[in-house]
Amino acid sequence: MNALDALLFAAATLRITVPYALAAMGAALGERGGVVCLALEGIMLHGALAYVLGAWFLGDPWLGLLCAIAAGAATAALHALVTVTFRADAITSGIGINLLAAGLTRFVLVTVFHSSSNSPRVVGLPDLPLGPVAQVPGLGPLLATPLVPIVLVLVPATTWLLFRTPFGLRLRATGERPEASAALGLSVAGLRWSGVLLCGVLAGLAGAWLASEQHSFTDGMTGGRGYIAIAAMIVGKWHPAGAAAACLLFGATEAAQIALQGSGFPSALLQALPYAVTMLALAGFIGRATPPRALGTPYDPERG
Amino acid sequence: MNARLDAVWRQALPPLAAVALALVAGGVLIAALGESPLEVYGLLVSQAFGTGYGVGQTLFKATPLLFAGLSVALAFRAGLFNVGAEGQMYLGGFAAALVGAYAPLPPVLLLPAALLAAAAAGAAWGAVPGVLKARFGAHEVINTIMMNFIAFALVAWWGRTLFMPATVRTAEIAPAAVVPRLDVLVPWLRGSPANLALVLGLLLAWALGVWLFRTRAGYETRVLGLNPGAAEYAGVRTGLAQVQAFALAGAIAGLGSASFVLGYKHWFELDFTAGAGFMGIAVALIGRSHPLGVTLAALFFGALAYGGLVVNRHVPADLVNVLRALVILFAISAYALFERAARRRRA
Repeated sequence: MNALDALLFAAATLRITVPYALAAMGAALGERGGVVCLALEGIMLHGALAYVLGAWFLGDPWLGLLCAIAAGAATAALHALVTVTFRADAITSGIGINLLAAGLTRFVLVTVFHSSSNSPRVVGLPDLPLGPVAQVPGLGPLLATPLVPIVLVLVPATTWLLFRTPFGLRLRATGERPEASAALGLSVAGLRWSGVLLCGVLAGLAGAWLASEQHSFTDGMTGGRGYIAIAAMIVGKWHPAGAAAACLLFGATEAAQIALQGSGFPSALLQALPYAVTMLALAGFIGRATPPRALGTPYDPERG
Repeated sequence: MNARLDAVWRQALPPLAAVALALVAGGVLIAALGESPLEVYGLLVSQAFGTGYGVGQTLFKATPLLFAGLSVALAFRAGLFNVGAEGQMYLGGFAAALVGAYAPLPPVLLLPAALLAAAAAGAAWGAVPGVLKARFGAHEVINTIMMNFIAFALVAWWGRTLFMPATVRTAEIAPAAVVPRLDVLVPWLRGSPANLALVLGLLLAWALGVWLFRTRAGYETRVLGLNPGAAEYAGVRTGLAQVQAFALAGAIAGLGSASFVLGYKHWFELDFTAGAGFMGIAVALIGRSHPLGVTLAALFFGALAYGGLVVNRHVPADLVNVLRALVILFAISAYALFERAARRRRA
C-alpha cells in the first residue's frame, strides 16, 4: 500500500465514520442523562427522509438540513415523552420508534413519491470553499464536505460540554443519581429531555449526511447504523473521545471490507467484527464498560 | 371468581386501550389520505376473517409471531429482554433447512430432526447472551442485538457456498421433512399456507403456561424476574436460571422458523423472518407475557399483517407497520401511567 492508497483508505474510513460519530455523540449525551437511546436508528431514518423532503420541496440543501434537525428533534421528543414524562421503559420505546420510522418513512415514500423503494434524486450539501486544501487527493474533497469539519469539532465540543460545563455536570449527575439532582433543586425531567433532544438533533444530522451523500432516500437506508453507533458509544465507555475512537475503528473495518471485496478474504468476518468487539467490551474484556448508574431507570419523585 | 375476573380485566384494559388508540391514530392517517377509515378497517376485518382463505392467511401470518411472542414473554418472565428472537429464528430456519435437505436419515426421523435442529440452533444462539449476562453481568439487550447482526453476517457468508446458483435460497427439503398444511385437515382453509406449525405453537403456549405456573423451575424463573434479590436469597441458582431461560427462549424462537421454512417455502430464504422476531416484542407486550394473552396478540397482529396487504389498494400497506409501532409505544405508555395511577390509589 503506497502513500496515496493510505490516504484514500483514510478518506474512505472518515467518510464512513461521519454518521456513526454524529449519532454516537448524540447517544453519549442522551445516555449520560440516564435515557437509553436505542431510538437512534429511527431518528436517523427520519432525519434522512426529512433532508430529502426539504431538499426536494424547498429546493435548498441547507433547508433540507434544517428539516432533518427538526425531524430528529421531533422523533427524540416522542422518545422523551414516552420514557421521561410517562416513565415507560426506554429500550422498548427505542425499538418501537425504530419500527415506527421503518413503517412511516415507507408510508411517506409511497404517498409522496409513489415508490416503495426510493425517492427521486435531490441536491446534496454543497462543498465548502477550502481553496488549495480541497486539492489534496482523497482527503481534500472530504474536508470540504460541510459535516466533516462539524464532526471534527463536535467530538471535543461534546467532551467539553459533558465534563467542563455546569450543564454537563448536572446531566451526568442526573444519569448517575437522579434523586441527588432533584434534592439540589434541578429538574431531572428537564435535564433528561435536553439530553435526548440533543441526541435527536445529532442523529438527525447523521441521517441528513447519509441522504446528502447518496442524493436520495432509499427504504431502510440507515441499515443498522444506529445500532452500530450505540455499540461504538458502549465500546467507548459512554465517553465522547472513546466513542469517536470506536467509530473510527468500526469505520476502518467497513472500509477494509469494501477494499477487500472480491479478494477472497472472508469479508463476513470483518462485517461481524464491530458486533463481536462490542460484546467483548460489554463482558469486560476490553476494560470495564460501566454505564451511568441510573441508565434506563425512569425517575419517579414519589419513590425517590 | 369476581375478584379473578377483576384481575383479568385490570391486565387486559391497558393493552386494549393502546390498541384502540393506535387504531384511532391510524384512522386519522387514513382520513388524511382521503379514504374512509371505517371502510378500510371494514375491508381489513372482512378479508382477514371473512373467508376460509383469509382466516388461513391470518393464521399463517400469526404463526411465527406466536413463537416469537412466547420466546420474548418467557425471557420477560425471567426479567430478561430478548431482542434476539429475530436472529434465533433466522439461524433456526437455516439449520432446519439444511437438515431437511441434506441429513441422511430415515424419512420418519427427518421432520423431528429438522425441528430439533431449529430448536438447537436457536437455543445455542440464545444461550450466548444468557451466559454473558450470568457470568459477566453484560446487559443482554445490546448483546442480543449484536447476535442478530452476527447471525445475518454468518448466514450471508455460508450462503455463498450453500445457496442454489443465482438465488438467495437453500436447496429444497426432502418431502419427509415437510410440515403438512392445515387445509389437509380443514378443507375450509383451502389454498392458504397455514400449516401444522401453528398447532405446534399452540401446544407450546399451553406447555409454557404449565411450566411457568405449575412447575418449580417455572416458579423460580418468575421469582427471578420479579425480584432477583429474593430469588438469590431463596436459593435459586440465578445464573443458571438466566441461561436456562435464554436457551429456552432461543429454542422457541428457533422453532418459529418451521412454519415458513418447513411448512410453506420448503427452503431457507434470505431475510425470511422479515422482522417477525422483533414483532415478538410487541406480541409479548400486548399479551402481557401470558401464554393466552400472547396467543391472542399474535392472532391480532397476524390479522393486521395480512389485512395490510389486502387494503393496499386504498392505503399503503405500510400503514400496518405504523400501527404496530404505535401499539408498542401506546402500550408501554399506558402500562406506566396505569401503574402510577394504581400506586396513587393505594397510597
